[in-house]
Amino acid sequence: MKIFLALIARDLTLAIRQGGGVGMALGFFLAVMVLLPLGIGPDLKLLQRIAPGALWITLLLSVLLSADRIFQPDDDDGSLELFSLGLMPMELVALAKAIAHWITTGLPLAIAAPALGVLLNLDSSLFLPLLAAMGLGSMALSLLATIGAAVTVGLKRGGLILSLLILPLYVPVLIFGVAATAGQNAMPGVFGSSLLILLAIALACLVLAPAASAALLRAHMK
Amino acid sequence: MRLIADKIDCERGGRRVFSDLSFTLGSGEGLLLTGANGSGKTSLLRLIAGLGDPAGGTFSIDGMDDDLAIGQRSHYVAHRNALKTALSVEENLAFWAKFMGASDVAAGIERGLGLFNLDHLASYSAGLLSQGQARRLALSRLELVARPIWLLDEPSVGLDEASCKQLAAAMNSHMDKGGLLIATTHTGLGVSFTKTIDMSEGA
Repeated sequence: MKIFLALIARDLTLAIRQGGGVGMALGFFLAVMVLLPLGIGPDLKLLQRIAPGALWITLLLSVLLSADRIFQPDDDDGSLELFSLGLMPMELVALAKAIAHWITTGLPLAIAAPALGVLLNLDSSLFLPLLAAMGLGSMALSLLATIGAAVTVGLKRGGLILSLLILPLYVPVLIFGVAATAGQNAMPGVFGSSLLILLAIALACLVLAPAASAALLRAHMK
Repeated sequence: MRLIADKIDCERGGRRVFSDLSFTLGSGEGLLLTGANGSGKTSLLRLIAGLGDPAGGTFSIDGMDDDLAIGQRSHYVAHRNALKTALSVEENLAFWAKFMGASDVAAGIERGLGLFNLDHLASYSAGLLSQGQARRLALSRLELVARPIWLLDEPSVGLDEASCKQLAAAMNSHMDKGGLLIATTHTGLGVSFTKTIDMSEGA
């Protein structure tokens, strides 16, 4: 457990010092949210209708933007090889990396989403559902991203192929995420069931993604 | 403890690098791997560490009663230094000490910094180090936690004369304490090895 926390702490320190993580994802999120209403025009009703979907799609893209940096730097400098000689199994290394990625990308975006949603005239009754669904959904997104990052870790320009590989896996999160957020007013009760499905997806990813990533990383090093 | 390599075959990209390589290394012994570029020195070290599977043959250790893998008993220092330039010298060592399960992280860091006199650079960013200093920092990992097997891939590359001597002293004291040492070199390391394998011969 101490080793696990040490790895997360190191990744958080690196993300803060190198600035690539939180800043870039938030900047991208903000840029899209500012530009979208300008591009669509001042139709408040329309903006309100598309707000949850727009927020979710931007969250998805922001997570993808930083996904190829999950294992790549550690592979480049040889740290990854040393990870596999450590006392902690590779599965936990992958899980620690996913959690660090979530804390630096998904979580800040989920927290910022209601505030940025104001730019899209997001209904204030949706703030809390959005926060809950995005916090949960982005955890699943980060875990899935580690699988893609592990597949493409040896490739120099793996960003594109990573996106293509991971996007299909993101679809369920997107569907139930938007349902949990947007469906609130249209269909009472849909929030609860969608959130439960999101929780199920996140839990399944929590078990499966580290195992898959670890197997891929081992195969990469051989 | 003894490390036993039994009829190891190594293939890379379909090419047979070496075959039928066997050796036994006991406590306090050192094995030097020499040979031309591409003769499989690094490949052999990686196989021992478990960073790959041999095409044939097995590695085993005897005389140990826990079930750690060979790699988990080994310090492996290869060409890449595994340093984070955004962290300070001390933070780099602290992370690896924690990651390798050091019981006393502070003492480990002190030993690591002391190995190559890096104390005065402790709070310095690792990104500002010269090649040789970065190499010394990578080698300092050897002192963070005690592991019985040292796998060193051309450890002296980039080191100045004084550091080479410190490295030799560290390797000798490791073997005196009963540790196993396997190293590759082109230049000689100033340590008397028990055994030498010329990798070029098997190819």
